[in-house]
Amino acid sequence: MEALDGNAIGGTLYDVFGREMTMAQAECGGCGARGPVAECEVYLGGPGVVVRCRVCHSIVIVLVQVREMMCIDCGGLSDLELPTWR
Amino acid sequence: MRTLELEIPDWPGHVAGQHVDVRLTAEDGYRAERAYSLASAPGEPAVITVERLENGEVSPYLTQNVRPGDAFEIRGPIGGYFVWRPDDGGPLFLAAGGSRIAPMRAILRHRRNSMSEVKARLLYSSRTLEDVIYREELEGEEVFHTLTRAQPPGWTGYSRRVDVDLLREVAWPPEHGPLAFVCGPTSFVESVAAGLVEIGYPPGRIKTERFGATGGR
Repeated sequence: MEALDGNAIGGTLYDVFGREMTMAQAECGGCGARGPVAECEVYLGGPGVVVRCRVCHSIVIVLVQVREMMCIDCGGLSDLELPTWR
Repeated sequence: MRTLELEIPDWPGHVAGQHVDVRLTAEDGYRAERAYSLASAPGEPAVITVERLENGEVSPYLTQNVRPGDAFEIRGPIGGYFVWRPDDGGPLFLAAGGSRIAPMRAILRHRRNSMSEVKARLLYSSRTLEDVIYREELEGEEVFHTLTRAQPPGWTGYSRRVDVDLLREVAWPPEHGPLAFVCGPTSFVESVAAGLVEIGYPPGRIKTERFGATGGR
């Protein structure tokens, strides 16, 4: 499956967090790499959305929609820092 | 290929490079959603350009069925990473693959409308000349075309996939402090971004946006 990037889930994340999230700084719990959510690897083809670290490819976020409920697992992140929106 | 002007209630305005998600819901409740970059500059009506994809779930409707006045669901504007504002500066090196020229058009129009003095170059990779979108409008810009599948007689542009040598010839040298935007299918984005790093662009000055080769996103 071809990897896209975090830009692809900007709308979904907006729905979950209520704000622009592609510029949020994500820190991988696996290798410690840090960068904007927009630069993470994103796989859309499965039953849910899988977000992986671009450096070590660990799973950092999983999003699954169950009927009308969006479930988000950020367990692979060690930090998610929200930027000041301008 | 079709360009649609969207009239969106309570539209807050957008930033060059942002996209909207178009969501279609079938009578049985099945939903399909695709992202389309806005091709217009901030302050202009929201415009998307849609390429019809075989077996697509959203693009056949948007390119063939939708009529002026029809309504569909839009979410956006989306994105804060792959965006450019005049005070972000440059010089700008824009690289687009296929129909993903839309955000680059938004950036170039915004630069022009705001009378920005930031210099910009566009590298635009298409399969054939017929696949080049906004061709006439782009003639006023510093644009380098490469046609990867077929070239018309007398073609003087590039005729191969983007490689490091091509980037060395057309991209601003890294010592000019350029800011790069790369948008296209994943394979295109990966090779252009890697090539820019190889010729000396700092990774932090390269913004990337990947779309699936089938438009699936």
